[in-house]
Amino acid sequence: MDVLGGLLHGFSVALQPANLWWCFVGCFLGTVVGILPGLGPAATIALLLPLTFKMDPAGGIIMLAGIYYGAKYGGSTTSILLNIPGESSSVVTCIDGHAMAKNGRAGPALGIAAIASFVAGTVGILLLTVMAPPVAVFALQFSSPEYFALMCLGLALVVLLSGPSLIKGLMALFLGLWLTSIGTDLFSAQARFIFGQSELLGGMDFVVVAIGVFAIAEVLASVDAGDKTHMLPVPKGMRNLLPSWEELKACRFAFLNGSITGFIIGILPGAGAAISSFIAYGIEKAFSKHPEKFGTGVPEGVAAPEGANNADSGGALVPLLTLGIPGGGTTAIMLSALVLWGVRPGPLLMTESPDIFWGLVASMYIGNVVLLILNLPLVPVFAQILRLPVHVLFPIILGISLVGAYGVSGRMFDIGLLIGFGLLGYIMVKLKYPTAPLILGFVLGDAMERALRQSLTMSQGDLSILVRGWISATMLACAVLILLLPLLGRFNKARVQAIAEGG
Amino acid sequence: MVKDFVRNGDVLSAAALAALGVYVFIEAWPWPYYNDDGPGPAFFPLWYGVIMVVLSLALIGTTIANLPKAETPDWQGISRAMITWGAFAISAVLMNWLGFAISFALLTFFMITYVFHKPPVMAAVVAVAASLGFYLVFPFALSTALPTGVFGF
Repeated sequence: MDVLGGLLHGFSVALQPANLWWCFVGCFLGTVVGILPGLGPAATIALLLPLTFKMDPAGGIIMLAGIYYGAKYGGSTTSILLNIPGESSSVVTCIDGHAMAKNGRAGPALGIAAIASFVAGTVGILLLTVMAPPVAVFALQFSSPEYFALMCLGLALVVLLSGPSLIKGLMALFLGLWLTSIGTDLFSAQARFIFGQSELLGGMDFVVVAIGVFAIAEVLASVDAGDKTHMLPVPKGMRNLLPSWEELKACRFAFLNGSITGFIIGILPGAGAAISSFIAYGIEKAFSKHPEKFGTGVPEGVAAPEGANNADSGGALVPLLTLGIPGGGTTAIMLSALVLWGVRPGPLLMTESPDIFWGLVASMYIGNVVLLILNLPLVPVFAQILRLPVHVLFPIILGISLVGAYGVSGRMFDIGLLIGFGLLGYIMVKLKYPTAPLILGFVLGDAMERALRQSLTMSQGDLSILVRGWISATMLACAVLILLLPLLGRFNKARVQAIAEGG
Repeated sequence: MVKDFVRNGDVLSAAALAALGVYVFIEAWPWPYYNDDGPGPAFFPLWYGVIMVVLSLALIGTTIANLPKAETPDWQGISRAMITWGAFAISAVLMNWLGFAISFALLTFFMITYVFHKPPVMAAVVAVAASLGFYLVFPFALSTALPTGVFGF
């Protein structure tokens, strides 16, 4: 069956009323799950998995996939409105998305996030349709040194997120690296930095750290500002709640950048949507005509990471469906669901189970349209959240944070950590330390350490393994270049001046 | 000059991070750095512990080279934020006995009356409504567990 024939067969499966219904249910649940911090797509799919055992496998995987990419649509909502990232991939959206909300452009920010998600999500599925087999072969070339180089490239972007002080950005990054190493070392079972607390043996959850340093710190900093704190402005009228033509035009490159970056990084198992959104944001800023405005609320700063975040879903399904390799937690649960239904993902899936492979691919085209129809009309509704006075909004943010942290594991210990990270985030804000590098270090640190140790184990300690392959050598060279540029006096002076002018 | 140096937030935070770097180094020192299987659990922490100290010293150095006059902190604002944080922490502790609903209602009431200086009646209405709303959305509609206390909710 060729690609076109397969796709037509897929639409005949996905357009069956029952499968359309499961697609809608998955998209709706995913959007709700994405909005609520702490209740991630992996947990939701795991919770709903037993309900799908009696379903037709095609309908079941269509619904689970709907939850997966629907959650990525919804994840931007709380990032933009409340500065609470529901998922690690939504952290970057906070930077310009919440700044847009503060500037009275919450509606357009939500609209741009929805449109970017739709465009990049559709491009991601299109690429999944035509490129799945050859790209999967290329991804197989990625070994530990390549992953280490990829993580280095991601961490080098700290330079772009650092603000005026590079040293402070790097210090925040290393603090994140330390935090992620807390817990049991998976190679040697050595407990590291657990302060005698058995609860820390499993490490700390990203959601707890991110909610603490972003949301709680934001509330505390706003309370600190006192009379200077005002309600976030929400302009009246539907036209002002949706992005303008100029804003959409400014996002053209960001849509493309997010789509391609997200898809390519999504293919790499273990890389995840968080790194794709960070890298798409970095590329967007590096190539922008006005990089100094990033962080102050530019639509491209929302479109690029949100697009990458959604295109990543299409990419992540390439190794899952063609090689049977899950790229992350959510796809791992989807893999277990397929196995439970008696379906074996791998190179033969397209021929052995065309209903499932092509039905899923076709349903994702439909799901993206469903999500756009579901999300765009709801933008004005979501934007009304900002009309709440601060004395009502702030306790609600604290409440959502508590629910999010408790929802991770059901332990009061995580709430204790949340309180600690809230204070840390506030201190960082007061002392003008950027918080994004801390999160970047926390998200990527574990995978980076694992990749480096695996590489050195493979080479018996020979560091040259890291630059032996052309892929890793190129990525490491790019990372070094990014880190060295600020040392060139003139470049750094211009960079600092640009950031200062941008506020 | 010395007073400005000591009161400078960058110097204090750099000193704290340098101390953390030293702690990381000392803690990781006894662990295997390298063994037959490759790098051990100390490999990564020893390196970033050293880098943390170097970066902290670099920050202290650049601050000394360009020492700004110490700004007077807005203690009123900081105390408002700290009171909010303290109330948040106390409400979390109370959740062990009173559960989420009551503790969150108390936190909301305290914030609205004490931090934002709004009338107690209004604060009570918002506190009860918000707490009820959370209960309806999370445990009731989404079956998400919330901390429960001696009253069973």
